[in-house]
Amino acid sequence: MVSQLTDLTISQALDLLDKKEISSVELTQAHLTEMDRARFLNAYITETPELALQQAAESDKKRATGEKIGRLEGIPIANKDLYCTKGIRTTAASKILSHFVPPYESTVTQNLKNAGTIMLGKVNTDQFAMGGSTMTSYFGVTKNPWADENGEYNLVPGGSSGGSAAAVAAGLCMGATGSDTGGSIRQPASFCGITGIKPTYGRCSRYGIVAFASSLDQAGPMARSVKDCALMLNEMAGFDVHDSTVADFPVPDFTQALHTDLKGKKIGVPKEYRSKDLNPAVAAVWDKGIEYLKNAGAEIVEISLPHTKYALPVYYIIACAEASSNLSRYDGVRYTTRVDGKSLDEMYENTRTDGFGPEVIRRILLGTFVLSAGFYDAYYIRAQRVRRLIYNDFIEAFKTVDAIVAPAAPTTALSYEAMKNMKPVDTYLGDVFTTPSSLAGVPSLALPIGLAENGLPVGLQVIGKHFDENTVFQVAQILEDEAQFVKTPHYVKG
Amino acid sequence: MTYTIQGKTDKWELVIGLEVHCQIISQSKVFSPSSAVFGAEQNTHVSFIDAAFPGMLPVVNEKCIEQCVKTGLGLNAVINKYSRFDRKNYFYADLPQGYQISQLYHPIVGEGYIEVTTSEGTRKIGVERLHLEQDAGKSIHDMSPTKSFIDLNRCGVGLMEIVSKPDMHSPEEAGEYLRQLRAIVRALGTCDGNMDEGSMRCDVNISVRKAGETTLRPRVEVKNVNSVRFVMQAIEIEAQRQIELYESGQSFDQETRLFDSVNMETRLMRSKENANDYRYFPDPDLLPVVLTDEYIENIRQNLPELPEAKKKRYIEQLGLTPYDAGILTADTETSRYFETAIIGQDAKKVANWVMGDLFAYLNKSNQTITESPISAENLGELVGLIADSTISGKIAKEVFEIMAETGKKPSVIVEEKGLKQVSDTGAIEALIADILAQNADKVAEIKAGKDKLKGWFVGQIMKASQGKVNPALANQLLDKKLAE
Repeated sequence: MVSQLTDLTISQALDLLDKKEISSVELTQAHLTEMDRARFLNAYITETPELALQQAAESDKKRATGEKIGRLEGIPIANKDLYCTKGIRTTAASKILSHFVPPYESTVTQNLKNAGTIMLGKVNTDQFAMGGSTMTSYFGVTKNPWADENGEYNLVPGGSSGGSAAAVAAGLCMGATGSDTGGSIRQPASFCGITGIKPTYGRCSRYGIVAFASSLDQAGPMARSVKDCALMLNEMAGFDVHDSTVADFPVPDFTQALHTDLKGKKIGVPKEYRSKDLNPAVAAVWDKGIEYLKNAGAEIVEISLPHTKYALPVYYIIACAEASSNLSRYDGVRYTTRVDGKSLDEMYENTRTDGFGPEVIRRILLGTFVLSAGFYDAYYIRAQRVRRLIYNDFIEAFKTVDAIVAPAAPTTALSYEAMKNMKPVDTYLGDVFTTPSSLAGVPSLALPIGLAENGLPVGLQVIGKHFDENTVFQVAQILEDEAQFVKTPHYVKG
Repeated sequence: MTYTIQGKTDKWELVIGLEVHCQIISQSKVFSPSSAVFGAEQNTHVSFIDAAFPGMLPVVNEKCIEQCVKTGLGLNAVINKYSRFDRKNYFYADLPQGYQISQLYHPIVGEGYIEVTTSEGTRKIGVERLHLEQDAGKSIHDMSPTKSFIDLNRCGVGLMEIVSKPDMHSPEEAGEYLRQLRAIVRALGTCDGNMDEGSMRCDVNISVRKAGETTLRPRVEVKNVNSVRFVMQAIEIEAQRQIELYESGQSFDQETRLFDSVNMETRLMRSKENANDYRYFPDPDLLPVVLTDEYIENIRQNLPELPEAKKKRYIEQLGLTPYDAGILTADTETSRYFETAIIGQDAKKVANWVMGDLFAYLNKSNQTITESPISAENLGELVGLIADSTISGKIAKEVFEIMAETGKKPSVIVEEKGLKQVSDTGAIEALIADILAQNADKVAEIKAGKDKLKGWFVGQIMKASQGKVNPALANQLLDKKLAE
């Protein structure tokens, strides 16, 4: 029974809860039990079992007494430890915020609370969401619940939302919030064989999410099915007076287009993504995905996104520039850790050297450099210009096609060893397929399509027009139906 | 221009530009909902946004945008329909974000001017730009030998930075520019202009050059010069210092100095090499501000009358001298008082009372015009009582004193004290007859041609009536009696 409860999708669980066949307390307890068992995966930074059970009991009471309930009433989820949660430690997986307890709740997690979800805890991430492996976390790396060829749990879950992806894949929560700046939802979704969507920039409020790169950061759900992501995004999205960059558009019901056919739809396949960085196994799965869409009646069109090759450098210039400024507030003066010094400047230096990990420091330095007098025009301004060209690539492509299908990551999950031996800049190559859509601000969903020869999941991404998540969900649902991906990592199989 | 400073060897001209920071009058701060009111208990007007907690985002306060547009229009300036916010990055303990949100690349207000009148005449001083930014908090270094204390109440309050062109050439001109700017923002209600409370702060850019030179020499920025008088003094002192350096064969680079009003000197704060690299870039948390013509026009239509226009009106329509008009329009409170007092009265006479007796009294009692116990209405009434001969000008001075003490209406005072002028000719004639009878010798002298003595008789009449007789009437009736 326990393993069955943690295998359920959100929509299945909602059905059983409605029929009163299961209770939220049972469902929550099943996940808490799994969390205990799976502690070696190190998916969670902070677990909140008492709070979860209390919320679950209240939720069951609501259902029993016929009170008005939320649309995700009683569903246990996890939040990426980048989302500020009132009264619950929020670390951004960093030392500098390792004791920070926010006196406020982020808009997105508040929305999910209002929808009736139960929070199991805060899951691991790369420090300040900077990384693609969770290896930069101050709280240790999260293990991918998929084992390597030797049956060892030596693989990274991807990142930065690696804790979210691992927890969802291993049945340690039914869904999780992630955040995506340059691929931080889609790449770990692909590595862990789950589904996650980075919605259109401006779809979800950033209020209360620890900022990495403001013009790119976007909240999104990660879950075990396309429909579950749609259900979660329905609750997460929407206008917010606290964030000027949130669109004041109505949020459609993202489940409405699911299971409608693709007749007459044109799907673009970008030729630039067939690059030398693309692993043949991933390419094969991509082809399989294209076949599925063809079978479903879609017209496949080869398209060009000519500025794709510039996306990676442009992304790292812009994201680091914004990060260098966004992270200035962690200075030892107020709520962070502090390491004293003889002067104010020395205190800053000591606090920040001690409180930030090497990858965060690297990006702050990079960002500071590209904004410096004499380099600003050559780097930052030029990067902004090229960003506009990348944006235009998508606008142009979407004049012909309704959606684009492409790999989410060039490889399957890598091992810690492999990651450790790579130069930092080489690890950035993992973002090659996800950064273009981040820079353009268009929605993109990653879902598992099949396994590579090494037995590891491979995900594809479906990219749509600005604020057209519905087409993205529609195409993704077809792929999910056709692929019949068996979402069972080794860890769950036991 | 005529202002120059004579050095040991040469005559020197001054080139002056001012950067004035004006705290915007608004209920809440520019990017957060906390109160922007001055003078509260330390750290009580601080939101999580002001203290830069993780995940907090700025949202622009529309009132501040409106105040900037208003001020821009008051400065005869171009309103930029597209403006944007940039981050100015630097670390300081009273700057929680680690950056100040400002507008470097696309300010909300472009070029304009202020008309300034000095002893050299009236000139237009160019305004380069006005941009919207947030204030920093306050660091307090003198409460402990080892610690600094931070008050974040001011952090995030909206500021308008108004940058002039390097158009000014004398301390007087700079002082007048600042006075005029203060009068404008006060009239508009966009800044209270209180330099002593720091709601208006001034940085002065000064360079000197030999009379006739056409190129500019390196400028020195003198920071935080916080009164009109200090601005004028700082300019003189700094110009003198630069001239002495040049004349002793030295040169210097652009630098930033601090004005010390106690020792009357400027001191080096930082040289060009130590200047911060602020790494400005567009703030990705905020959208550009896009204004419509309709929005700007609507503000323009509802603009209050500005000091310069008001002054012209006082001269042209009320017949005041430019000097009087200048004084009465120097601040909103005075002109508001004046305009209330003149309702139904002779404006010139009211002006004399305001600038004479009232200002003298306020000065002596150390009160502002808004604190005056004599209301504008009552002062107007007093002028009216003279005009309709209810009281004489002499009695009016007496009534004024009582008004200042009691705040009572002049008509009530006149009634209570029985100060009304006697206009009953029969009663006055009887009084005169009495006096003439008692001084028959003097009457004889007048009749013998000693006309001067008439004045003595008028004095006697006034004395006997305790000043209540209308002097003109007394003269007229005296003539009549003497002719009998």
